[in-house]
Parts: sequence; C-alpha cells; structure tokens
Amino acid sequence: MSAAVEEVVTEAPAVEAVPKRAMTLGTGTSLVVLALLILAPLVVKNFVIFQLTMLLVYGLAVLALNILTGGSGQFSLGQSAFYAVGAYTSAVLMEQYNVNYALTLPISGILCFAVGFLFGQPALRLSGVYLALATFALATAMPQLLKLNFLEPWTGGVQGLVVTKPDAPFGLPMSQDMWLYYFTLAITIAIYVGAVNLLRSRSGRAFMAIRDNEIAASAMGIDVALYKTLAFGVSAGITGIAGSLGAIVVQFVAPDSYTIGLAIQLFLGMVVGGVGWLPGSIVGAAFIIFVPNMAENISKGLSGAVFGVLLFLVIFVVPHGARQVAIFCQQTVAKFRKR
Amino acid sequence: MPAFDWRWGALAAALAMAAATSTASFAQSKYDTGATDTEIKIGNIMPYSGPASAYGVIGRTEAAYFDKINAEGGINGRKINFISYDDGYSPPKTVEQARKLVESDEVLFIFNSLGTPPNSAIQKYMNSKKVPQLFVATGATKWNDPKEFPWTMGWQPSYQSESHIYAKYILKNRPNGKIAILYQNDDYGKDYLKGFKDELGAKAASMIVAEESYETTEPTIDTHIVTLKASGADIFFNITTPKFAAQAIRKAAEIGWKPEHFLNNVSASIGSVIRPAGFDAAQGIISSAYLKDPTDPQWKDDPGMKGWNAFLDKYYPDADRTDLSVMFGYTVAQGLVHVLKNCGNDLTRVNVMKQAASIKDLSLPGFLPGITANTSATDFAPLAQLQLMRFKGQTWERFGDVISSDVGG
Repeated sequence: MSAAVEEVVTEAPAVEAVPKRAMTLGTGTSLVVLALLILAPLVVKNFVIFQLTMLLVYGLAVLALNILTGGSGQFSLGQSAFYAVGAYTSAVLMEQYNVNYALTLPISGILCFAVGFLFGQPALRLSGVYLALATFALATAMPQLLKLNFLEPWTGGVQGLVVTKPDAPFGLPMSQDMWLYYFTLAITIAIYVGAVNLLRSRSGRAFMAIRDNEIAASAMGIDVALYKTLAFGVSAGITGIAGSLGAIVVQFVAPDSYTIGLAIQLFLGMVVGGVGWLPGSIVGAAFIIFVPNMAENISKGLSGAVFGVLLFLVIFVVPHGARQVAIFCQQTVAKFRKR
Repeated sequence: MPAFDWRWGALAAALAMAAATSTASFAQSKYDTGATDTEIKIGNIMPYSGPASAYGVIGRTEAAYFDKINAEGGINGRKINFISYDDGYSPPKTVEQARKLVESDEVLFIFNSLGTPPNSAIQKYMNSKKVPQLFVATGATKWNDPKEFPWTMGWQPSYQSESHIYAKYILKNRPNGKIAILYQNDDYGKDYLKGFKDELGAKAASMIVAEESYETTEPTIDTHIVTLKASGADIFFNITTPKFAAQAIRKAAEIGWKPEHFLNNVSASIGSVIRPAGFDAAQGIISSAYLKDPTDPQWKDDPGMKGWNAFLDKYYPDADRTDLSVMFGYTVAQGLVHVLKNCGNDLTRVNVMKQAASIKDLSLPGFLPGITANTSATDFAPLAQLQLMRFKGQTWERFGDVISSDVGG
C-alpha cells in the first residue's frame, strides 16, 4: 500500500501535467456518450438500470476525487466520510423531517462543502502521503461516529435507516428505477459540466498551478492555502451529493456501508479511470462496480485474489488508466482518417 | 382514463380464468418465477469476503447440503439450483445482489442471507416485490414482524429472547446480585443489552453496577475486565464474540475475579472459545444453546451428529468441524427442505411463506433434545427455545427445562 501511494506521489507531477483541454472529451464524443446514457435504460431490465444508476453515483464520487487529485494535486483517502455525511444528511432529512428528496441534495452538498472546507483548514498544512493519512483517519473514524449514542435518534445507530424510494413526479409513466436514473443522470451531467468549467476557469488554473508547482504558484500571487481548501471543499461537496443520491438509490444507510473500503474503491476508480481525466471517472466507476462481480464469476473462493490480478493487469498494461486507452483509440482513428 | 376499464377487464379475465381452471388445476402444479417441473431456483447472499467472511462457511455448507439433496433425487422430483452471491457484508452491495437474484436470475425466493445490516437494507425491497426473504441468518429481534413485513422471516432464537432467559434466571436466583456487563458496540451487542435490561425492568438501574463496551478493532479487552472487576460486581454478563470471549474468560481468571459468569450463546463453542481460554478458567460459566456443539464430547455417539459427520465426509470434506457455523448451515438448510417438501406442487411465493409460517414442532437432528421449531401466521420466529447449561469438566451440562421466550419485532 505504502509503496503504491509513494509511487503515485513521486510520479504525480510528471504524470498529471494534464493540459486542461485534455481533461475532457471532444464535443462529438461527448454527444455520443450522452445519447448512449439517455437511451440505455429504455432497452434494459430494471436491475441493470439500478446498476447504471449506481455507476453514475460512483462516477460522481470518483469525479469529485479527480478534481481534488487530478486538479489540485492533493490526495484523499477520506472520501467515504464525505459520502457518508451526504448519505446520512439525505436519509435523516427525508425520513425524520419529511423533506423532499430533491431538496436534500443541495443541503448535503453545502454541508459537505462546509465539512470539507473546515477539515481542509488544518489538513492543508500537510501534503502528499501525510495528507492521505490524515484523510484516512477521517474515513476510519466515520463509521464509529455514526454509531454514537447521542446521534442515535436521528441516525438509527448501528441499525441504519431505511429510505423511501421516490416515485416519478407528474404521473410520468416510468418505473421508480428509471426515474431515479434520469434524475441522477441530470445531476451528474450538471455537475460534470460545472466541473469542466471550474477547471477551465481562473480557479481551475489556480488549482493546476498548485498541482504543478506550489512555490511557483504562490510566487504568481495565488493564495495557495485558500485554493487548496477550496478544492477540498468542492470535492467534498460533490462527494456529498453523490452520497445523497446513493442513499436514495440503495434505499438504506448504515455505518457499515461507508467503511474505509469505499474510500479505497473510489481511489482505485480514479486511478483506473486515469488521474486528472474527468470522463475516466465513469470508466473507473464501472471498474469498481462490475469487475468484482466478474471476479466472483471466475472463482467464488478466490474472488479477492482474482480481483487483485485483474487490477494488477490494468495497472501494468495501461498505467495511466482509461485515458491512455482513449488516447490510443483517438490516434488510431486519426490514422484511418488520414488515409 | 382507460386504466380504470383495464383494471376491471383484468379482474374479469382473472375471474374467468380462475373459474375455468379451478376444477382442472386441482392436481396440477402451480409455479411462480423461479420454479418449474424440474427445478427450484433459490438465491442466497453471504459475506464470502470482507470483515464477516468467517460466516461464509454457512453458505458453503448449504450449497453442499443441497448437492446432497439433488444427488438423492431432489425435492418432490425437483432439483435445487442454489445461487449464492458475495456481498462482503456491505449493505449497498447486498441490495445490488438481491436485485440481481430477483430480477436477473429470477429466483423463487432468497434464503438465509446473512447479517443484520445487509438484511435491513433489502427488507423493504423484498417486501415490496413480494419475494420471500426466508430464514435470515441474524439474531436481531426485528425479523419477527409479520404485520409490517409479511415476506421476511427469521430463523435462530433472537438475541433479546436469549437475554431474557438469563435475566429471568438472575432475578429468580440472585435477586440481590450486582451485575457487570461487557458488550460489543454494535447492533448485536446492543440487542442483547436491550433484552437484558427490558427483562430486569425497574431493577436494572440498581442491579447493574458497571457497563463497558468495546470495538471489534481493539486488540485486547483486558482493561475492560479489570475495570469491571473494580466495580465489585458478583455477576458478569459477557456479550462478546468468540475471540474476545476467550480473552475475557482468561483475563477474569488471571486477576482472580470469580463472578457468576453468563456467556452469550454466540461464544458458547468449546472448540473456539473454551479450549483456547483454558478449561480451568471456564468452570461454572453459564450459557445457553439450541444446537448441538460438534466439539462437545457428549454428542460423540449421537445419531444426529453421526449423520452430520457422514454428510460432511461425502459432500464437504474440508469443512472445519469445530465451527458451529457448519452445524448452523446444515440445520437451516434442513429446515428449508422441510418447508419445500410441504409446499408439494404449489411452488408459489405465497405458498412458500404459508408453509414456512405453519411449521409445527419440527425437530431436526442438530437441535438439542426437546428443542423444536414452530411458526404461525403471527409468529415469524421459528426458533425461540433455548436451554441453560453450565460448563463442567470438559463439557456443557444442560440444566433446567427448555425455556421459550418469543419476542416480537
């Protein structure tokens, strides 16, 4: 573990000098992907729609981490904590205070932004592996904090909370699963577009300057402390919204759902998708959802080991993740066009 | 709205069909999704990986037992197709796997899915889909709630009913005792604690002099035992899982604390708790049980235990025979086979629940003598009986009658 992190840490500046345009997809490709995402639920079973919705939710959480790591060059193993705060905010508001599910999303987003921003205040004094460790502590503490006795009237303690699944509004003739899928898709697209624009903006350039060279960035007049905390807050906020959506889709929150395992999965998703390449987030999410199932199909007893081997293969063959595959495809297509 | 007419139309059609088939269908088979003339598809979700992976052997034992049933011709001529998935004890993954089983694999029902948080996560879904969530592998009390959740049923005696039995015993035999409690800080520990305090009632406040909780991540619980001893308690209720139970027994003996020691049934295994803690340290401990402990020498020549060994020899030779979970999986699989046999040729989800809710005095070879499973339309807790036992020499000595204590969810 430590070796892997170290390697990423030392390699990070070299790998991640991703120019801002290379962090997104071209317009044509974007439209194709969008069309696929919109049409997919019309032809598949409800169960697959559910999986696709989870794909978007995890994709969003990976995207949030990608903004933090790929954008501003900071590491976090604590995303599961923000995800949990978001999930619990929605669940508690919906079940205990009868707040509409859609309204709980901005509330969790803002709350998680605040938590992330505050946590970032002391944490930004740390960097690299030390920051990763501090966030790791947050992730390990979160499930136990959720079990605290005095929070139990709201959180349901260890038993968790069951969340009611919303129906499609205005009497739309679609199943709950399909409605939630489109709801999640709309929010994912909005956040994706927002994230792309953020990285293209003045703040985004500041993030990337800090990532590439902190000293140079501060010499250019960038308030390093502020922008680092800001990146942390934005990332936490988006993770919180993903957590909220996850709670609504899964219909259940419990401390056991948000262990350090989730944080590591998100980290893994980011690396597999390509650090700093936002569209890769979806690919990374697909990896963490579908590959464990594949591994289980190959061998039930050794599913963990098979998953490890598959992960190793991915890192070995395409160390820069899905971005590398995408670039390869792009170049191949370009070659054919020239002929 | 045409929907209105459509509904009446459907009703009329259904009535017509019912009338047409009611005479002919008497001898015919009825099926829901997941059952055919040749096969019954059963889903199962187990933590084969993750923090609770030690319980994965339950799923493996069940698979082996259904292999045996299939090799012997199946149930009423139908083979069992047992599909078991891993959820790693993570509730969101449980939801995914349950939906996969119900919507993609199209199983008749989900059987013996393990763990309180994972089962809580799918309970609402299963009930809204009207797919049985049968004999869940958790001791939480909330599964016995046929009014709210008519498609969910527990299996083992609940933690609270076990706690009640100890509390009753203490109130009767040691009404002036001072009680110290150690419990695991999770749903399981708190469920035991609640049952215990409920039964002590008003006397709980005066009798309980010390309460300590521990986290499963702690390497040792020695300091808690020292604190509890210092409280001056002369009764110790030990709500811990096997590793910690062994530590607690050993530490109490080391520091010379000799309270009347009540050990929860979760850790009553001789092989994994008492022997590692030392037989000397464990003399006089009181616990309770409903299953035969395979590591207890008194069952060496018991026909039920011999049958269990013969089954393991043939279908699951690499099983750890000191593990009570293997006995648990074996017994609950037999309970399911009993229900499915009673379903006859009516393998609908409604009938599976109906048969599961009409178990009368079912005695299985793994149960202690006198223990039976019973259910009814208002009682969804098949096992509610336990017998107290005291550790003596190298074995458990059962004493008193079989005690029942049904607790609703």
